[in-house]
Amino acid sequence: MASSATVTANQLIIMAELKLFRTWSSPFPLRVVWALDFKGIQYDTIFEDLSNKSSLLLQYNPIYKKVPVLVHNGKPLLESLVILEYIDETWKQTPLLPEDPYERATARFWAKFGDDKVLPSIWNVFIKQGKDQEEAIVTAQENLGFVERQLTGKKFFNGETIGFVDLAFGWLAKLLSLWEEVCGVTLIDHEKFPLLSEWIQNFADAPIIKESWPPRDKLITKYQALLEVYTSKEAPK
Amino acid sequence: MAGEVVLLDFWSSMFAMRVRLALAEKGIKYESKEQDLSNKSPLLLEMNPINKQVPVLIHNGKPVCESLIIVQYIDEVWNDKSPLLPSDPYQRAQARFWADFVDKKVSVAAKNVWSTKGEEQEAGKKEFLETLKIMEGELGDKPYFGGETFGYVDLSLITFYSWFHAYEVLGNINIEAECPKIIAWAKRCMQKEAVAKTLPDQKKVYEFVVQLRKMFVSE
Repeated sequence: MASSATVTANQLIIMAELKLFRTWSSPFPLRVVWALDFKGIQYDTIFEDLSNKSSLLLQYNPIYKKVPVLVHNGKPLLESLVILEYIDETWKQTPLLPEDPYERATARFWAKFGDDKVLPSIWNVFIKQGKDQEEAIVTAQENLGFVERQLTGKKFFNGETIGFVDLAFGWLAKLLSLWEEVCGVTLIDHEKFPLLSEWIQNFADAPIIKESWPPRDKLITKYQALLEVYTSKEAPK
Repeated sequence: MAGEVVLLDFWSSMFAMRVRLALAEKGIKYESKEQDLSNKSPLLLEMNPINKQVPVLIHNGKPVCESLIIVQYIDEVWNDKSPLLPSDPYQRAQARFWADFVDKKVSVAAKNVWSTKGEEQEAGKKEFLETLKIMEGELGDKPYFGGETFGYVDLSLITFYSWFHAYEVLGNINIEAECPKIIAWAKRCMQKEAVAKTLPDQKKVYEFVVQLRKMFVSE
């Protein structure tokens, strides 16, 4: 949180008009929480129950009807990675993306790879069984191998400090071990993925991440219940 | 800024077309290396080991992958003319959102129109037209998604126009009847030299898709 000494009158006005729609557990809005917290930006939070969406959420996000939605001066922003870039362009302190265009393109690529390939492949390991799960494990570890190599010579994907790609992969730092525990499969062990294992530790240890992470026992209960749904019947994707 | 620009390309890929279009808009000289996607070259596998796909932009020997990421890269490096993204952060966020919608929704539904049959195809057709209607809503009365000038969102969607004839014949749909504003917008875009020169002939694309369909659907 920014101290009053560093916050100008203008910033106070802008900050007052910042609202984040999120749920208690979804990792995508958490990216926005982290970005705002890292930049010391104040905002109001509205917690949504996705089984009973507020009319305001549906008004702001009629197409996807999802969180996160960031409303800035009454104008909605959607899609967590798009929101992160907006935050980075609007508030210049603690930059999330590098300045160099090639490095920016690289960062965008890895964030997209995380969402398009890594996350779904790991989710598949979580929800599938038997042979399907075995195949899912192979794919997931292949993807994780690419991610591991990206950390060569770096503490974080962004270098010495947490940045865009780290926030994009934040779910990996905390949710993966949880899913591994619930479904009984280990995807990341220290021998096969030493860099990723260390990154997970470093990221999870950062105070802002620690403070904002939802309660572990609540998350375990949630994912146990979800897994039961998938194993007990033919669940749609 | 200049330096060597190479594009790992494929003539009918609407994603590679986006990059060709961005390069044309900016007047950037480049070498197009047409790829054989059924027999991928060592260069392609080296430059895009993760997804092994086109397009790949190789700028001074360094690869950039993913069409929209490449287009943003081009816009940031060659920032002296024909800006593709708006300068205002909120408008930029809007542009990114809609280009992402084209990728997540329009593109996926479009693929189902030509690569499936029966019930799956019917669902794909319905969704495809629905996504185009959503885009029509976003376009409103503007000449382009970018406002008065052709921009990032226009670029992300117009390349699919070269596949419309294929969608219409293979899907038995009439896009102009369902989405007249989109067709009007597309024809407006085709008036631009860069667009007209970049997009391949719709009949040629149709013939290509007919062959491609055989790999997906047994009839």
